[in-house]
Parts: sequence; structure tokens; C-alpha cells
Amino acid sequence: MTTDTTTKGATPGAPAPGETVLDARGVTMRFGGLTAVRNVNLTVNSGEIVGLIGPNGAGKTTFFNCLTGLYIPTEGEVRYKGNILPPKSFKVTAAGIARTFQNIRLFSNMTVLENVLVGRHTRTKEGLWSALLRGPGFHKAEAASRERAMELLEFIGLAGKAEHLARNLPYGEQRKLEIARALASEPGLLLLDEPTAGMNPQETRATEELVFAIRDKGIAVLVIEHDMRFIFNLCDRVAVLVQGEKLVEGDSETVQGDERVIAAYLGEPFEDAPGDEEVAEVEAAEAQAAAQADAVPGKENDR
Amino acid sequence: MTTQTTAPQTPGKMPAGSQASLVGIPPHIGRALATGGGVLTVISTFLAWTWTAEFPGDLTVYGYPGGLQVLVLIGGALTGLFGLASYGVKGLRWLAPAGADSAIKLSALAAWATAWYTVIAISTKLGGLVNLEPGGWVVAIATLTALIGALALPFDRPAPDPADPDDTGWEQFRHNARNTGVFIKAAFASGTSTPARKLPAYAEILVIVAALALGLTVFTYGIGTEYDELFVGFLITAGFSFAAAAKAGLVGRVSALTAKHRNVTMVGAFIAAAAFPFTQSDDQYATIGVYILIFATVALGLNIVVGLAGLLDLGYVAFLGVGAYTGAMVSGSPSSPFDIHLPFWASALLGAVVAMIFGVLIGAPTLRLRGDYLAIVTLGFGEIFRLAVLNADGTSGPDITNGSNGISSIPNLNILGFDFGQEHTIAGFTIARFANYFLLMLLITLVVVVVFRRSSDSRIGRAWIAIREDETAALAMGINGFRVKLIAFALGAALAGLAGTVQAHVTYTVTPEQYQFAHVVPPNSAFLLAAVVLGGMGTISGPLVGAALLYLIPAKLQFLGDYQLFAFGLALVLLMRFRPEGLIPNRRRQLEFHEEAEAPTVLSKAGA
Repeated sequence: MTTDTTTKGATPGAPAPGETVLDARGVTMRFGGLTAVRNVNLTVNSGEIVGLIGPNGAGKTTFFNCLTGLYIPTEGEVRYKGNILPPKSFKVTAAGIARTFQNIRLFSNMTVLENVLVGRHTRTKEGLWSALLRGPGFHKAEAASRERAMELLEFIGLAGKAEHLARNLPYGEQRKLEIARALASEPGLLLLDEPTAGMNPQETRATEELVFAIRDKGIAVLVIEHDMRFIFNLCDRVAVLVQGEKLVEGDSETVQGDERVIAAYLGEPFEDAPGDEEVAEVEAAEAQAAAQADAVPGKENDR
Repeated sequence: MTTQTTAPQTPGKMPAGSQASLVGIPPHIGRALATGGGVLTVISTFLAWTWTAEFPGDLTVYGYPGGLQVLVLIGGALTGLFGLASYGVKGLRWLAPAGADSAIKLSALAAWATAWYTVIAISTKLGGLVNLEPGGWVVAIATLTALIGALALPFDRPAPDPADPDDTGWEQFRHNARNTGVFIKAAFASGTSTPARKLPAYAEILVIVAALALGLTVFTYGIGTEYDELFVGFLITAGFSFAAAAKAGLVGRVSALTAKHRNVTMVGAFIAAAAFPFTQSDDQYATIGVYILIFATVALGLNIVVGLAGLLDLGYVAFLGVGAYTGAMVSGSPSSPFDIHLPFWASALLGAVVAMIFGVLIGAPTLRLRGDYLAIVTLGFGEIFRLAVLNADGTSGPDITNGSNGISSIPNLNILGFDFGQEHTIAGFTIARFANYFLLMLLITLVVVVVFRRSSDSRIGRAWIAIREDETAALAMGINGFRVKLIAFALGAALAGLAGTVQAHVTYTVTPEQYQFAHVVPPNSAFLLAAVVLGGMGTISGPLVGAALLYLIPAKLQFLGDYQLFAFGLALVLLMRFRPEGLIPNRRRQLEFHEEAEAPTVLSKAGA
């Protein structure tokens, strides 16, 4: 079912593909009897913005969680710059993949600056002893961290609010701050989980600019989004995930023109997937793995 | 009060209807009554309140106040001063930067409650109102007048929540009760603070010094209260007066200054605490002082684990026990199985290291759990420690700890020829055994304060707070949650162990019963946690204040007897209902608990 119809380089103006940053091969994630992600292959090259779309419950966030070590894939492997990723999320971040969350997960009672400083954790080394003894090395490292954090805040345009509590920021700025916090870990690949959810058109456009600016810094971006205009404006390549399987991958025209994608979104039954079987599977799985809310395929596919 | 535009100081100009008062007297008369009542209260404390010296404290003399009269004098003076400040008397305006009205109400309440408590206590103790001298009647009337006057002061009436007519009677009742609650709360609400006048740095430091001196005075007075009535009166006066100062905006202003000059404040507080034994003529209260300090230091160590890293540890006192046993075993005590006598620095270090090793051993398997599970497992480990020590007596187990007899006759410390068991005379002051240990313990407290401050303001401290806020997000930011939590756990254990080595010498004997989960005498795990929660999680001064209160109140209120724990429990329930963030809240923490309150946009560096 994995049809690779990549048409790289066909779009004029697309950046030349560089080395492979992320290479997910045959990633499968099962929760009990439910296969939330089935045999998905995806590569992201440096300097590229790749979109991941799909109906609700298609397994996008589960796939993200597999990439970032929150879940350990049942089968398959994920490589970052040639190395297999460790199965712990903090080690994944240390390796160079940073992420944001679909529902904002800032440290809401810390200041904006402190949030970004927490993001610097893997790139700094000062342990307890240096904090207690406060040698010159400690002050130098703290100052450097703060400077770097302020640079990032300037980059996203929140430098003036460094001392504000994260919870007091308006929604759009919280999303931006989450991106800044992820960038603070100096990633080679940034995973954005619905970065424009709940934003108005202006904010969405600003986010678009921000993602381009991040790409221009040499950071590859993989983005999940429901806003199609946003995705097709932004991405060099788009992969479509339906019911845990990758349906199509290609540039925006290819994906937009693919009738299976339209079918998946608009609700016509596509060829080899009659509804009843799936519904039964979904119901059984829901009963089994009710806790794994975001792994359950949405029913709108089958309506 | 020309600077006040928000607080309703000039009732005539405010639109009618938005103002309300608890007592139906015109506000200007109320203000005059409150101020006059305050002044009269002050005068009345110079009169005799009773005729016999059977009631403790010098209440029979004309000419100077004694005992409870001093407390009423303070309440009355505060009422009068806040009253004058509300008239805008030049030179007193600094007293109430956030509006004086609520402060008048609370200080009048302080004077009234203390005075009436005294009058009633005299009447019941001596058997009848006849035992009151005219002064007693005067003070009762004066404080009541001041209180009624103060309650007549206007405040912004909150818009009442309209009731749903379809509600059942019970719901209507609850609704009305809620509205009344909001109304009364509004009566004591304070306005926004006017911006502080720019003071030169030396003046700001003087203010801090004055505040610290006041703190030392209040604390010394509280510790030195000789009879139950005086302590109850002290609690009433101190509580309401502090609330009044807070409503007037003074507390906020001083804490802003202390946050600005953190090092000055720390050194000043240290000196003020070190001055405490010198204010005492005998060793009686230094004993209480050193026990409070041990309790407070361990509570502060626990605050790293609970307040910063958010790990609920119910077996923390075990680490104090590990430190105390280690210190006792290498102290040269005859009942120790090891015949060694290490110098203090070595035994303190050893105590800390051994406690830290225990911390890692206990933390490594348990810290993979979250929340309630961690609490239960640490509770279990705390009890395991006590039982293991109890059974290592040579019959049920190896002969290490002497079982329930513990390790006794621990010799006094001797550092560089300074014998802690002897009295010493320093600059004309006699410093006895417990005062010696008080000063040593103060050094340990200072170490713990510095460790707390430095670790919280660093990469590792931010990681702790991040873990507490959202563990999943913290992990996704590259924080090795387990490692960071283990560091917090081990650090907290080491600090408790350090305090334990001193405790062993102070108490002469270490026995397993000292280190239970719950026990009548602090420190024990339950009281330690209560001190942290009561004082304020994540702050330095919070656990210190909490520990002082939790030690003093049971020690001073012996007359409550069997009801002591009941009263304590009730107080904790009420505190958690009305002030879940603790007495001295961390700014972050306060915001967590009061979601609906308008949060300040900028987080100041306060709350340390």
C-alpha cells in the first residue's frame, strides 16, 4: 500500500536535497490488537520541510511519538543521520531531534526565558557541583545559555516578554515559545505537531514565515497539520497517512490530485477498504486500548 | 491620601451603590471612631486591668503595660497609626502604600480579639467580672469602638451573583453563603500598591535591617512567652497584625526590597538569628531554638525534594536518622559498636555521605514511580529504616545500633578546644550548652540555605522545576528525568544527614523512636512535610517559618493536652482550604493554586 511517488526536484525552486537526516523504515506501532501505525517509511533530508497529513486518528501523532522515543516502535527502525535512535525521549533530543506538542506543553509557571533555558539542558553540562561551587565556568556557561536563549527569543519575536510567565502569553505566542524551546536544544530536525492549531489566518501566516526561517537556519522540519493551505504553501514534500498507513508521498500537486487522498478526506470508500471490517476493528481496539486515545483511528474515514 | 485614586478614601466622591460597609455608620464617623478607639486602647493599656497578681503578667499596675497589655498596645497603636495614615497625615503615608482601610480593620480586629481574650480569660480564671479593674472595662470598650468604627469603613461592593429561583432550598442557602463569603472577603481586600518611592540603596538596606530586627524581636518574644494566655495572645496579635501589614502593602514592599538585596537579606537574617542566644539570659529558650533550627533545616532539605523537584517523600526523617546514627557511632560514645572518635568535620561529612548513599539506594528503585506511588513507597522505606535499626540489637539481628536503647551518652562536641558542653562568656554574654549548639546548627542551616539557593537557580534547578511542571515535556526537552530526580533525592538526603550529625550531639541519645513517620514531637516525616506545606513549597523562608510555628505551637499549648493533635489537624485542613500555597508562597506556586486570580505579567525574583 506504500506507494512512493516522490517527485523530488520537480518543483522549481525547491532546495536541492541534501543528506538524509531522518530515515524511518518500516515503522509499525501496535497497541494490543490495534495497529496504529503500519509499516511506514519516511525520509527527511536536510534543508527540507516535509508535511505529514491525514484524517483525524490516522496515526500521525503516534508516528511522531515513535520518532521521538516516547513510544518504542513495535517493528522497524528510525535512524537519525545514520544512527539508530535510542528508545528514550531525552536521548532522542540529545541526538538532535526536537519536537513540539499538539496540545501545548509549556512549563506554564516558569518564565518565557526559563522555558527556553530548559530547552538548553542537553547542550549544557553544568551539574550540581558546579551549581553549588559557582566557579567561573558556571557563570560563563549560564551567561552563554542566557545569551543563546535571548537570541532565540529575538528570533521568534518574544524577547520583550522574557520575564513573563509562559501561562500569561497569548495562545499564538505560546506556540511560538514552544518552537523556541525546541530550537534551544540545537536540533538537526524539528518535529512540529499541528503548529497552527487554533490560530487565526494572520498568525498562521506568521508561523509559515517562522518555519521558513527555521529551514533557512539549516534545520530540517517535519510538520503535522490539518490546515491544507498552510501545508501546501510550506512543504517541499507531503506524506499522507491514512489509518496508520502511508498512502501517498510527493509534492503538493501530486498529493492534491491523488484521488485516494480525496477519498480519504471526503469520505468515499476507497477501493480495498470497505467500512464494516474497520469499524469492528476500531471498536474492539477502543475497548482494549481506551487509554491510547490518540492512537485510535477516527471514524470519519469510514463514514 | 492624595496618591490613592483606586482605594475609596473619599467616600463623598464615589458613586453611591458601589460602596458598602459591614456596619451602618457613616464612614467619616467610623474612621474617627477607629482612630480614636486605637488611641484610647493605647492609653488603656497603661491602666490596671485586674486587682490581683493571680492572673499572670503585670496587669495590676498603673503607669506601664505588662504581659498581654503589651500585645493590646501594639494592636491599638497599629490601629491608630493606620487610622492617621488614612487621614493622609504627613510622614505616615508610607505605612499604607496599598490603602489603609483593610489594614485598619485587621489591626482593630487584632486589638479587639487580644483585649477581649484577655478580659474573658481574667474573668473565667479569677471567677467573674468583678475581678476587672476600670482599665479592663476601658480597654474592652475602646477596642470594641475601634472595631465597630473600622468595620464601618467603606469598600467596593462586589456584584452579587444572582440566584437561580429554581434552586432547592439547600442550594439557595449555599448560594447565599457563597455571596456572603465574597462580600466579607471584599471588606478586607486591599487596593493595588502605589509605586514605591525611589530610596537610596543605604535606606533600602536600613529598611531590610529594621524588618529583620522586628522579625527577631517577634520571634524572641514568641519563644519567651511564659504562660499559655500570653502565647495565645501573641498568636492572635501577631497573626492579625501581619495580615494588616500585608493588606497595607508593607509586606509586599519589604519583600520587594529583600528580593532586590538578596545577599544583604541573607547575611542580615543570619546575624539576626545568631543574635538570638545573646538576647537570652539562660539556656531555657536556646533549647527550643536549637530544636527549631534542626527541624527547620531538615524541612528546608525536604523542600528541595518536595518543593523543587515535586517528589512527595513521606520517609524523609529516615535520612536524619541515618545521619544521627552515623554521627553517634563515630562520636566515641561508649555504647557505639565502633570505638572511634572522629573530629566533628569528619563525622559531619561522613553523616552526609552515608545519608546520601542511603538516598541513592532508596531512590534508585523508587524514583521510577510517580506521584502517590512514590509517596507510599518512601513511607514504607522510612518505616523499614526504623524497624531495621530497632532490630539490629544483637538478638534479632547483628549488634550495630543497640536496638531500642539506642546509642546513648554521646559526648559533647569539641571543636578546636571549644567545648560545646561548657558555658562560655563572649563579650559579657554567657553562652551555655544549647546556645553553643544553636550557633553551630545555624552554620549548618546557612549551608543548607546556600545549597538550596544555588541549586535552585541553576541548570539542575530549572530541570527540577520542569520535571515538576510537566514530566513528559521535560523528558522531550532532553532532561534525563530519573537522573535529575535522583540527584534531588540524594542531595536532600545528604542535607538531612548533615543536620542529623549535630542532632545526635544535641540530644545525647539517638533511639529509633525519634525517627517515626508520625510522632508527637517534631521532627518526624509528617511534621516535616507539614512544615514545608504550611510554610510554602519551593521557598527558603517558608519551611523555616513553618517549622518554627509547628514546633512552638505544640510546645507552648500544652494545656490543649489530648486535643493538641486534633487542633493541629483542624488548623492544617483550614489552611489547605484557604491558603493552599502556604504562609510564604512561592510566586509560581501561588499562581498554580489561584488560577482565576489575575496573574501578574512579570515574575519577579521574589519568593526566596
